[in-house]
Amino acid sequence: MLGTVLFFFLIGANALSNLEQQGITSGFAFLSQKAGFGIIQTLISYNEASTYGRTFLVGLLNTILVSVLGIICATLLGSFIGIARLSSNWLIAKLAALYIEIFRNLPLLLQVFFWYFAVLRSLPLPRNSLHIGDWLFLNIRGIYLPRPLPDPGFILLITVLCISVIGVAALVLWARKRQEKTGKELPILPLSFAILILPAAVVWCITGGPMHWEYSTLRGLNFKGGITIIPELAALLLALTVYTASLIAEIVRSGILSVSSAQTEAARALGLPQRKILRLVVIPQAMRVVIPQMTSQYLNLIKNSSLAAAIGYPDLVAVFAGTSLNQTGQAIEIIAMTMGVYLTLNLTTSWLMNRYNARILSQEQ
Amino acid sequence: MKKYSIRAIICMIACLLIISVPPVIAGTLDEVKKRGTLVCGVSTGLPGFSATDEKGNWKGLDVDGCRAIAAAVFGDANKVKYAPLNAKERFTALQSGEIDVLVRGTTWTKQRDTALGLNFAGVNYYDGQGFMVPKKLGINSAKELDGAIFCIHAGTTSELNLADYFAKHNMTYEAVVFDTHDQAAKGFDAGRCDCLTADQSQLYALRTHLRKPYEAVILKDIISKEPLGPVVRQGDDAWFNVVRWSFFAMINADELGVTSANVNAMRSRSVNPAIRRLVGLDGDRGKSLNLPDDWSYQIIKQVGNYAESFRRNVGSGSALKIDRGLNALWKDGGLQYAPPMR
Repeated sequence: MLGTVLFFFLIGANALSNLEQQGITSGFAFLSQKAGFGIIQTLISYNEASTYGRTFLVGLLNTILVSVLGIICATLLGSFIGIARLSSNWLIAKLAALYIEIFRNLPLLLQVFFWYFAVLRSLPLPRNSLHIGDWLFLNIRGIYLPRPLPDPGFILLITVLCISVIGVAALVLWARKRQEKTGKELPILPLSFAILILPAAVVWCITGGPMHWEYSTLRGLNFKGGITIIPELAALLLALTVYTASLIAEIVRSGILSVSSAQTEAARALGLPQRKILRLVVIPQAMRVVIPQMTSQYLNLIKNSSLAAAIGYPDLVAVFAGTSLNQTGQAIEIIAMTMGVYLTLNLTTSWLMNRYNARILSQEQ
Repeated sequence: MKKYSIRAIICMIACLLIISVPPVIAGTLDEVKKRGTLVCGVSTGLPGFSATDEKGNWKGLDVDGCRAIAAAVFGDANKVKYAPLNAKERFTALQSGEIDVLVRGTTWTKQRDTALGLNFAGVNYYDGQGFMVPKKLGINSAKELDGAIFCIHAGTTSELNLADYFAKHNMTYEAVVFDTHDQAAKGFDAGRCDCLTADQSQLYALRTHLRKPYEAVILKDIISKEPLGPVVRQGDDAWFNVVRWSFFAMINADELGVTSANVNAMRSRSVNPAIRRLVGLDGDRGKSLNLPDDWSYQIIKQVGNYAESFRRNVGSGSALKIDRGLNALWKDGGLQYAPPMR
């Protein structure tokens, strides 16, 4: 351990002295210097006067955005395809198999290019946008959606919604206890909906709708206002989702198949309906097999998101290890920081998934 | 446990011995001579400056810069190995010694000259950042570009100039940043952005790659100074001199009217002392540069003077048809000026 630390320290010291010898600036002072370039998608306020430290944050958040969205979408799509592959319907099962074999066997970079250059580039120019009414526009420069803007009374609405969510959680816990004691079931789903919607609807009516929409409109050369989803994000997200889903589908299938059919038959013999067999018997046991492999896929997805640079999505690699690196020339510091970020993101994801896995395993015993 | 730590210590000492030896950077000139080829960093493909033709040969104004150095060192302009680099890779490639010289439309700025351990050996093209827009937008001036989306090549001074220009004029913009010139041009071609911005010479070059080049116009506005030139590592003055004077020889030949076609005749007949020094008949010749005596003659013979190179690659003899403009000789109202060869 000590040896390793010393080793890296020596490498670092050696690199520093060489840089100095060659007259190359080093250190982290550049993080507080003005960056002076624009970024097309920023989740936090950013302008040309912001610092390189800020560009780091902007890039980091863009990476996290596409990774989190990718993980959610890939999990949903992948589970769906995995289950479809086991369907007793011949057509559905074969279509799912076809999907898996196509997308997991093509290089991801090629898929990114396909979505960006072949699919999204064939959309029309802003003046001839595809649209639904005047609230959704689709053209080569992005998807434009209306943005909700809060009016007075909005806070009240949010507060009521939060209280409702707590209420639903309490209901679920209470219903479970009641079922354990008396064996009687409550119709949880309709009750939860009622708790969520009714109070909110009352508040909405009293305050007269405490929010309004800001629509995107074509002003000058481009659409302004509303929410813009840039095509670079859409293409990257599509590619990551479709590719990772094909791998997740196989993991889900292997998980389900790993549960012995005797378990399903026993559950059926007890008179459980099909839906409950899946939810209470098959899925919990399949999870044991699925979670560790799923973790690897999530980690891969996060790392693969760095392909963003190939199509101009402003992720950490493009913005910080790209433009910032080139403007400051401080390659060692910037690459080290970027590597540190991916390491941290992946270790965090891995830690969360391992905890979840441990919980599932302990439930089994 | 004890055994382990002894092994670790031995390993550490060994590592220490290996890594604490500073990299010995011998003179680049000697290294190039020993290797027998010049490794020259160029662009990944920018017509007129550095791009491959149908036969796979590198052609362009920047490529001629590489060829001139090879002609001076080896007496053979073809002894060059080209390393195509994107904007993000170029400085690291030079700093690490992967290439001997970078001739890749690189803008000379204070930060690059002082903080990166590099030196600019001259300016082989005086450029400025411009804008290209589709004709059908009907835009005549950069001031009408408020709210526009721009396609840019990542890691260039263009990104910063654009931000400065829009801040100065209190206008807004968005920038889609691509990895190479070509991708940025394709993005513009597909309509992802309203405007392509880059050094103006590059816009002329990229326009030839569009599906319908005549449907795009290059605006007159120039928003920055972009002196482009060859770059070498700092602290190797002998090599710096070779690169710098290879280029000056081409400018001086242009000024004295010595071309690849007439250099032989001039060499045997001319009585003009300046020409006699240029073609290696009089004076110190190659001695102080540690080059063969006919180094400048070989440059002119094999590559040509600056005017020839300009005309052939980017000027009237090329598809780009760029005027000499700022790149005319000083006596013709331009900025190209070389110190005398004496």
